[in-house]
Amino acid sequence: MTRPTAVRRYPVLLALCLAALFMVVPFLIVAVNAVKSPAEYSRNGPLSLPHGLYLDGLKDFWQRVDYSRKLVNSTLISASVALLATALSVLNAYAIGIGRIRFRTWVLAFFVLANMLPQEALVYPLYYLSKQAGLYDTRLSVIIVFTVIQSAFGTYLLSAVLGQFPREIVEAARIDGANKWQILVRIVVPVSRPTLGVLLVFFFIWTWNEFLLPLVMLISNDNQTVSVALGVLQGQRLMDATMTNAAALLGVLPAIVFFLVFQRTLTRGIAVGAVK
Amino acid sequence: MRRDSHALFLLPGVLAFLAVVVVPFLMNTAVGFTDWQGVGSPHWSGLANYRELLRDTEFWTSFRHSLFMVVAMALLPTALGLVLAAALFDYIGKHFGTRIAAVLRACFYLPQVLPVAVAGIVWSWILAPDNGSLNTLLKAVGLGSWQQDWLGDPDIALYTVMGVLVWVQLGFPLVVFMAGLGRVDPQLYEAAELDGAGWWRRFRHVTLPQIRPEVYVVLTWCTIAALKVFGAVYVLTKGGPGGATDVPSYFSFTTFFEKTQVGYGSAISTVLTVIVLALAVLGLKLQNRAEAT
Repeated sequence: MTRPTAVRRYPVLLALCLAALFMVVPFLIVAVNAVKSPAEYSRNGPLSLPHGLYLDGLKDFWQRVDYSRKLVNSTLISASVALLATALSVLNAYAIGIGRIRFRTWVLAFFVLANMLPQEALVYPLYYLSKQAGLYDTRLSVIIVFTVIQSAFGTYLLSAVLGQFPREIVEAARIDGANKWQILVRIVVPVSRPTLGVLLVFFFIWTWNEFLLPLVMLISNDNQTVSVALGVLQGQRLMDATMTNAAALLGVLPAIVFFLVFQRTLTRGIAVGAVK
Repeated sequence: MRRDSHALFLLPGVLAFLAVVVVPFLMNTAVGFTDWQGVGSPHWSGLANYRELLRDTEFWTSFRHSLFMVVAMALLPTALGLVLAAALFDYIGKHFGTRIAAVLRACFYLPQVLPVAVAGIVWSWILAPDNGSLNTLLKAVGLGSWQQDWLGDPDIALYTVMGVLVWVQLGFPLVVFMAGLGRVDPQLYEAAELDGAGWWRRFRHVTLPQIRPEVYVVLTWCTIAALKVFGAVYVLTKGGPGGATDVPSYFSFTTFFEKTQVGYGSAISTVLTVIVLALAVLGLKLQNRAEAT
C-alpha cells in the first residue's frame, strides 16, 4: 500500500483551493470595485485595489432604485411564503405520511409532478387569472402562488419523513384521548422541528431567488422584489459599469448573509432532500 | 379510527393546488389549441400551433440550445461534483481535517444561494467587452488577443452562458454527493485500500456504485432545471445576440408577453412540459431502481 506523502498531498489541496478561489473571485471583484469612484474605475480598471472607500455609488444606486422598499418586499414575500408553505406541507404530509389515506401513492405522485412542472406552463393563466381576480401586481398574488408551488416540494419531502414517524407515539396519544388535530400540533410538529426548519430556510431562499413569476406578476416599482428590480434594470441595458457594480454588490449581500446564517441548515437540508 | 379520516387535512392543499396549478395548467394546455392573442375570445385552431412549431426554426434552435444547457447544468456539474466531492471527502477531509473540507465546500456552494438574476449581473459586469474584469485580466497577462465580446458575439455567447451556469450549478451536486459519501461504510474503503486499490480505483469501484442513488437524483433535478432555465438567459443575453442563446422558456416568455401570441406560447410551453414530465418520470424510475439494489 502506498502512503500518499506530503509531497503528493499538497498539490491536491492547492488545486482544490484554486478551484474554490475561482468560485468566490467574482464576489471579491464585485466587492472591491463597488467602493471605487467612477474616476478611479475608469483610470485603473477593475483589477486594481481601491485607494479609499467611496460609498456614494452605492448610496446613489440605493436611492435611485429605492432599494429599502425592494428589500422589504422580498422579505415580506419570502417570509410569508416560507411560513404558509411549510404549514400547507405539514397538513398535506400529515394526511399522506401519518394518516396513510387511500390512494396516497397517487396523491404523492401528483405533488411530485406538480413540483417538477415548468412555471412556463402556468405563467400566462396565472397572469390572466390574477388580473380577473384583481390581484395582479400585488405582493399577495406572488405569496399565494409560491406558497402552493413550494409546498409541492415540502409535501414530497415531509411525507417521506412522516412515513417513518414512530407509530407507537401516535397510538399512545390517541389512547390518551388526543384528537387528530391535537396529535398534529402537540406531537408531530414538535418532533419534526428539524425538518420543518430546513423547509422554512429553503422556502425563504428559493422564494427570494425566484425570477420568472415575480417578473410577470409585479410590474410596478413599488411591489418589485430585489431579484426582479435588479434583473429588469440589467435587462434594460441602461446601467454604466459603476451602477452595474453597485447593483451586483447589493444583490449579493443578502445572499451572503443568508448563506452565513443558514449554512448548517442548508447543507443538512440538501442531504435530507436528496436522499428522500 | 376510520382509515380515510385524515383526508380532511388534505382539503386546503387540494383546493390550493386546484386553483394555482391544476386549473392554470389545464387552461394553458387548452389555449395551446387556439389562436388566442390574450384579448377577445379564443378560437379553436386544432393542431395548427403544433404544425407551425414543427416548421419554426426558432423553436428547434431553442430546444437545441436546451441540450447545451443540459451539458452545462447537469452533465458537467455532476462529473465535476463527483470528482470534487470524492477529493474533498476522501482526501482533504482525511489528510487535512474536515474543517478545511467544509470551508472549501462552502466556497463551491456559495453561488447556489445567489439569486440567478444577481449572478447574471455579476457576470455580465465581469464579462463586459470594454473594461470588463476578464478582458482586462487577459490584457494584463499579455493575452490581449484572447479578448472577446463574451456575451455579444453570436459564436461565443452560448458557451459563455454555459460557463456561467456551470459556476452557478456546481455546488448542488457537490453538497449532495458529499452527504452521500458520509453514509458509505468506511470499511469498504479500508478493504479496498488493503487490496492495494489506488485513489482512482477506489473512486470507480467503491464511491461511484455506493452513491448511485444520489447521482440519479442530481442528474434528474439538474436536467429538469436546465430545461427550465430562464433567469440567467434573461439577464445575461435576453436570448441574443440574434437568438444565439434562446432557450424554450425564454422563447415562450417572449411569445406570451412581447408578441402576445398566447396560443402559440402555450403550445411551446406544453411541449416543454411534456418533455420535463417524461424526464421526471424516467428519473424517478431510475432512482427507485438504484435505491432498491
